[in-house]
Amino acid sequence: MNPGVEKKKEMFYAMLRIRRIQERIESCYLQDEMKTPVHLYIGQEAIAVGVCSALKKDDYISSNHRSHGHYLAKGGDLRALIAELHCKKEGCSKGYGGSMHLVDTSIGHLGSSSIVGGGIPIGTGLALASKMNGGQRVSAVFFGDGAADEGVLYESINFAMLKTLPAVYILENNHWSVCSHVSARKAGDNIFHQALPDLLMSRKIDGNNILAVYQAALEAIERARRGSGPSFLECETYRILGHAGCESQDPEGYRDCAEVKAWKKKCPVDNFREQLLKEKTMTPAEITAMEIKIEIEIDDAFAFARKSPLPAGRELENHLFCE
Amino acid sequence: MPWSRIEADCLEPNFGNECEDTTRLVSYQDAIREGLRQALALDPNVFVMGQGVDDPSGMFGATRGLQEEFGRDRVFDTPLAETALTGVAVGAALGGKRPVYFHNRPDFLLLAMDQLVNHASKWHYMFGGAVNVPLVVWACIGRGWGSAAQHSQALQGLFFHVPGLKLIMPSTCFDAKGLLLAAIKDNNPVLIIDHRFNFKQNGLVPEKMYTLPIGKGQIRRTGKDVTVVAVSHLVVEAFQAAEELAAQGVETEVIDPRTLRPLDEALILQSVCKTGRVVIADTGWKTGGVTAEIAAMIAQKAFSSLKAPIERVASPDVPTPAGFTLEEAFYFGKKKIKQAILKAMNYNQLSAKSKEASRRCRAG
Ligand SMILES: Cc1ncc(C[n+]2csc(CCOP(=O)(O)OP(=O)(O)O)c2C)c(N)n1
Repeated sequence: MNPGVEKKKEMFYAMLRIRRIQERIESCYLQDEMKTPVHLYIGQEAIAVGVCSALKKDDYISSNHRSHGHYLAKGGDLRALIAELHCKKEGCSKGYGGSMHLVDTSIGHLGSSSIVGGGIPIGTGLALASKMNGGQRVSAVFFGDGAADEGVLYESINFAMLKTLPAVYILENNHWSVCSHVSARKAGDNIFHQALPDLLMSRKIDGNNILAVYQAALEAIERARRGSGPSFLECETYRILGHAGCESQDPEGYRDCAEVKAWKKKCPVDNFREQLLKEKTMTPAEITAMEIKIEIEIDDAFAFARKSPLPAGRELENHLFCE
Repeated sequence: MPWSRIEADCLEPNFGNECEDTTRLVSYQDAIREGLRQALALDPNVFVMGQGVDDPSGMFGATRGLQEEFGRDRVFDTPLAETALTGVAVGAALGGKRPVYFHNRPDFLLLAMDQLVNHASKWHYMFGGAVNVPLVVWACIGRGWGSAAQHSQALQGLFFHVPGLKLIMPSTCFDAKGLLLAAIKDNNPVLIIDHRFNFKQNGLVPEKMYTLPIGKGQIRRTGKDVTVVAVSHLVVEAFQAAEELAAQGVETEVIDPRTLRPLDEALILQSVCKTGRVVIADTGWKTGGVTAEIAAMIAQKAFSSLKAPIERVASPDVPTPAGFTLEEAFYFGKKKIKQAILKAMNYNQLSAKSKEASRRCRAG
C-alpha cells in the first residue's frame, strides 16, 4: 500500500525532526551540559520512522544505546528526552537513565538497554505478553549489526517462531560496531534469511529508503497482527557520525572518508525531500515552515531542560524497588 | 536420576511454628505446588515457565499437574536458552504479566546473568521508577550423588551482591509456600534459591492462600548464650546442633533470615546484642559470600556487644567435587555448626597466651 500524501508528509516531518534534534545535540555536545554518552542517529532516520509510522500508539518498541530515533519516531516526548540528556528531574528517566536509557510507557516504550542485544529478548517477551492477551499489540525490536553477533538473537527469534509471536525484528545494519566493520565479525548472510517463510518472514531492505522500510514494516506488522508470527527485516544503512558523541570525537583512521562521503549522498532525509518536491507532494515553502516549527520546538525543549532541576544526592536510593 | 529419590520422609523440627493450622502436614514440594496453583487460579496474569515444568518429575514435584490444570499457555516448557528466556520473562513482566521461571539448578542462572543483573534488577531504578518487573525466578541447589562442580553450586553470594534483586532462601514448608506467594505478589524481580534437602521435609501448611513478609526473618529457637544465623536447609542443622548443646547447658538462639535481600538486620542485631556471640552458617562459598556480608554487618553495627570473634561456617573455597569421600569433606552440617558454637562459647576460656598469639596474628 502506497502511503497517501498526508502520510508521506508526516513521515518526512518525523525524519527531518529527528535529524534536526540530533544535529542540535551534536552542535552543543562539547559545551558539556549533557554529561551522558550520546549515540546519534544521523543517517538512520528512515528506519525508525518507516517502522514506527506503520505501528499503532500502543504497539511496543524495544530500543538500544542508539536510542533517540526510536523514541522520537514512536512519539516519545521531546522535552523529556532533552531533559534526560541533561540528567534532569523532568527527564523521561528522571536523570537516572541518561541518553542510553529512555522510556515512555504512554507510547509502548518500556525502556532501552545499552547492553548490546539486551533489548532483543525483552521485546520478544513483550510480544509474548501481547499474544497471551490476544495478540493485537505488535512488538518492534530494533538492534544493530553488532547485536546481531550475539547469541541471544538466535535464542529470541527461535522462541518467537516457536510461539508464533507478534514480533518484528529490525536489524539496522549500519556496517559498524564502534570501529569494527561488519565484515570483521560476520561470515556471510544472517542465518535468519534462510528461515522457512511461514516461520519467519525475512526481507533485506534499503534502510535509507523510507518508503521501502514502511512497506516492509506494514507487511510484517500485518502478518504479526493476523497471528502469523514474527518477521526479520534487515535494513542496510550507514552510521554517518562516529560511534558516540559529535563528529570531532570520531577517531580517525578506522574507516575510509570516501565511504562516509558516498553514504552521505544516500542521505535518507535529503533523498526523500528531493522526491517529495519532484513529485510535488510538498512545496519548498511547506518544508521551510516545517523547519521553523521544528526549530521552535527544539529551542523550547532545550530551554525546558536547562530550567529543570537536577535530582538531589539524597534521592540516590529512590526507585530501587517498586512498592 | 537419583535426584528423584529424595522424598519428603521427615518431619520438620518443631520450631514453634507460626502456622495456626496444627494438623495439616504437607510435603515441601506440595507446599510449593499449592502456592503456585493458588496464584495461577487467582490471577490470569501469572504463568509458569521453565525447562521441564511439564515433565513427569515436574520440577521435583513442585509443578506437577499444573499444565493439565491450567493449560499449555500458562504452564510451559522452554527452550534451553536461559539468556533469552530470562529476557522474555522480563519483557512479559513489563507487558503486565507475572512470570514464574523455574530452573532446577542455580548453576544455569549463570547463563541468565545478563538479563537478571543488567536488566531485571535495574529496570525500575534506571528509568526513574517509570517501569517495573514483577518477575519470580526459582532455582534449587543440588547436593550429593556426585553432582559435582557444575550441578550443585550455592550461588546466593553472587546474587546477594546485586541491588534491585530480592533474594529469598526458604527453609520450611510453611515459608516455601508463603514466600513464593509473596514473591509472585511482589512488583520487583525476586529470586528464590531453594535447596534440594528442603524437599525431604513435611511440615505444617495451611490450605488457605497467605503471604509472608519479604525481609522479615524468624527466630527458630530462642537462647541467651550464642546466636546462630543459618540459611536455607542449614536452619534445621543449626536447630539440631542447638538442641544437642542445650544438654551441655549452652542455650543457642537460631535465626533464619529467610530473605537475604532485604535482610532483617534488626532481628539479627537484637539477638547478637543479647548473646554477644555469633555463628553464621551458609551453604555458599566463604570468600565474598553471605557469611562475610552478614559478619561485616554485625561487626559494624554490634561491635560493642561482641564477646568473641564472629564464627563463619561456609563451603570451602573450591568447586564441589564429585567423589563421595571428597564430597564428605566439602559439605558440612550440624557437626561443624556445633564446633563453631563451642568455639565462640569457649573464647573467654582460651588462655591469655593463645589470645595474645591470635591478636598478633591478626595484626600481622
Ligand atoms: C554486550 C555488550 N558488548 C559490548 C558493548 C560495547 N558497545 C556499546 S555499543 C557497541 C556497538 C554496537 O554496534 P551495533 O549493535 O551495530 O549498534 P550501533 O552502535 O552500530 O548502532 C558496543 C560494542 C556493550 N554495550 N554491550
